[in-house]
Amino acid sequence: MRWIWIDKFLEFESGKRAVALKNVTLAEEHLHDHFPGFPVMPECLMIEAMAQTAGILVGEARKFQEKVILAKIKKAAFFHYVRPGDTITLHAEIESIAPEAASTEGEIRRGEQVVARIGLMFSHIDKNLAGKRFPEENFVFTDTFGSLLEGFVDQYPSGERR
Amino acid sequence: MASSREEIFGKVQEVLVDALGLDEDEVTEEATLMGDLGAESIDFLDIVFRLEKAFDIKVPREELFPAESVLNNPDYVSGGKLTDKGMAELRARMPHTDLSKFAQDPDVNKIADLFTVSTIVNFLEMKLNG
Repeated sequence: MRWIWIDKFLEFESGKRAVALKNVTLAEEHLHDHFPGFPVMPECLMIEAMAQTAGILVGEARKFQEKVILAKIKKAAFFHYVRPGDTITLHAEIESIAPEAASTEGEIRRGEQVVARIGLMFSHIDKNLAGKRFPEENFVFTDTFGSLLEGFVDQYPSGERR
Repeated sequence: MASSREEIFGKVQEVLVDALGLDEDEVTEEATLMGDLGAESIDFLDIVFRLEKAFDIKVPREELFPAESVLNNPDYVSGGKLTDKGMAELRARMPHTDLSKFAQDPDVNKIADLFTVSTIVNFLEMKLNG
């Protein structure tokens, strides 16, 4: 089971860019502790939301044949708090992509306001780590992710995955 | 247009400062990428991507950092050292690197030390100036 941390895609341009949306709600229990009386979205979870947006973009660029793993946070700068009730959009772009890895740049916005800039590197793990073997099954791109892409992508390998 | 070594070094320095989160004065020509500058495997790809952008050329990772494929070939490694065949292969693949010292004791554990800042500068000099 993978957890999904974005609510839907708004735009998806294969191999280039994607925009996803997340609604932030006080029903997310961690916000009660982060911080008591002053709930703000943890910055690490903003990175996770960007990693999912950009990771799916990178995965789709290779038709989900690669196991795409977040390998490096190149940069992460945060400019404003994100609070319960906010809707954030995650704008991700592929900067470079090679057989072994991909590099992405992105912004998180609330309306027009940029709340964070996040640059990531993803590894296609079967092509790295000196031939270390991973399970055949693509454990990264499970069916739950497929539902996010409905209407945008028709090649999602549902059911039987290679 | 030919680029001078200083120009190339300047851009490489900038790339490494950004990719590895360093101060400019840490990036000397002699610094080893892994030992001195703390690069890990994914950083090599990050560096390759950034070099491609900075110099507007294709940088095949295998050409710039060919050690992995040499090490993965059983013909080239024996008892933790490169065989003569392996050494010859490495020489052929890394014309941009001075291997004379390494050749005296081609311990595979020391191969990482071959990747210095000047390796990258040499490589780009050859690529850009032919």
